[in-house]
Amino acid sequence: MSDLRELYQQIILDHNRAPRNFKEIDGANRVADANNPLCGDKFKLYIRVSDGVIEDIGFQGSGCAISKASASLMTSAVKGKTTAEAEGLFDAFHHLIMGSDAEGDAKVLGKLAAFSGVREFPARVKCATLSWHTLRAALAHTENTVSTE
Amino acid sequence: MSGQPVLAEDGLSSTAARGFDVEGVRRDFPILQRSVNGKPLVYLDNAATAQKPQVVIDAITRFYSHENSNIHRGVHYLSERATAAYEQAREKARGFLGAKESREVVFVRGTTDAINLVAAGYLRPRLREGDEILVSQMEHHSNIVPWQLAADERGAKIRVLPMTESGELKVEELDALLTKRTRLVAVAHVSNALGTVNAVRDIASAAHERGIPVLVDGAQAAPHLPIDVQQMGCDFYCLSGHKMFGPTGIGVLFGRAELLEAMTPYQGGGDMIRTVSFERTSYAPIPTKFEAGTPNIAGAVGLAAAIDYLSAFDWNALTGYEDEVLRYAHETIGAVPGVRIIGTAEHKTAVLSFLLEGIHAHDIGTIVDQDGIAIRTGHHCAQPVMDFYGVAATARASFALYNTKDEVDILAAGLRRVREVLG
Repeated sequence: MSDLRELYQQIILDHNRAPRNFKEIDGANRVADANNPLCGDKFKLYIRVSDGVIEDIGFQGSGCAISKASASLMTSAVKGKTTAEAEGLFDAFHHLIMGSDAEGDAKVLGKLAAFSGVREFPARVKCATLSWHTLRAALAHTENTVSTE
Repeated sequence: MSGQPVLAEDGLSSTAARGFDVEGVRRDFPILQRSVNGKPLVYLDNAATAQKPQVVIDAITRFYSHENSNIHRGVHYLSERATAAYEQAREKARGFLGAKESREVVFVRGTTDAINLVAAGYLRPRLREGDEILVSQMEHHSNIVPWQLAADERGAKIRVLPMTESGELKVEELDALLTKRTRLVAVAHVSNALGTVNAVRDIASAAHERGIPVLVDGAQAAPHLPIDVQQMGCDFYCLSGHKMFGPTGIGVLFGRAELLEAMTPYQGGGDMIRTVSFERTSYAPIPTKFEAGTPNIAGAVGLAAAIDYLSAFDWNALTGYEDEVLRYAHETIGAVPGVRIIGTAEHKTAVLSFLLEGIHAHDIGTIVDQDGIAIRTGHHCAQPVMDFYGVAATARASFALYNTKDEVDILAAGLRRVREVLG
């Protein structure tokens, strides 16, 4: 049970119930699709980048609590950041989920640290990282649908 | 589900009265004694793979410990023993399927391999542009994709026998769907995603009236229903050992002898030939023609033990017990707030697919796993079924002869907890 509370932390449950930036944004100039068909996680990510800054970002679609909350928190974290800062967050998040450092870089991660429990559930890593890989693909103008399965 | 459970005078249920001793059955399966996440294992993922009784585990160990050798080639003692064990397994599979002759039984890796064999050896050489293959709407990907590969290559097309909202095939539409261009009908005996038991006998007879052969995917039927390919009238029947309490990597393709004889080989290699020169090769007779290379001998031995194990049950007692557990699961899981059951055909077995309102199947799977409950979540390799119901995934509890009503209660409690956690 304690492991479950670690995975489904309050902030994750909150963002699952009421996802932020859950809409198609105006004037998006980067769009990418995410699809983990085995799980049934499917999102579309919209970004407006101007002068290397993520001015606005939104997503739509459906998926499990982890993937949806992750997309919500990811969009909240990178909004207003430069693309280079977003890349830095990607690396810090990836390290939190996959690395050996259980705490992660708390200062850099902020609310994203709520995903630290995912490392104990290897089958759910792909859910937590889906939107992040999609962000990276959108920024790189990759046209293929992103999957972490 | 056939028949209502009748309570005997002493209050025991009908199955107990008929002597289905589920506690005894559970003791046959060593893995059921273990715990997962500190809780007794509740294994409800039997449609993915079933657990193995000790007799199967022992048969494989005994073979490798005392009889291991290659087959059909050595004149030495062990090779003769191994050959006899392998051919005895074939004879047991023949009996299990009700086939006329053991040469109609081809050992393969599993159902997927069996279907690919038929697609390559039977369908491809006969398929022309504009031809049609009829499959049902509830097929597993393994009974869609091999036909698609052949169809794409030849410019043929796949047609689909639709189903109703409850998950029953619209057999009455067969008349319109079976055309002069239909070269094969491929249908599941039991749906892995919905549990529907299909009217394969009716489908076979409708197809045969037009001279069209029928392949039945029996992967989900073999552990739950008695099979008689002659009575069913199918031309091909496929099953997987691991879903019927046998080992992985072994399965059976039944094919009517005249069809198998007319087919081209699937893979070339040792064992499947009569004579080989650089100019030409003549092939061994069926079924050896389709068994290139050293086969899964220990797998066949393990499958034979599984067939023996399953055949020792009285089918009426077994199906009666399984129906009772499934019916209880429908009532109990269906009563959990927010649950919607997917697949409510009148005739079904062993599978309960469901949704929990507002909660993704994947989260359900993770949370009940903490209670030691193993269920499957996802599309169950049947994306057309998911599309039909407009969902991305379902949770699926699938049962075997060792599951109990107590385990259904544990699942129901687990689902209530899912709602609390994600509430």
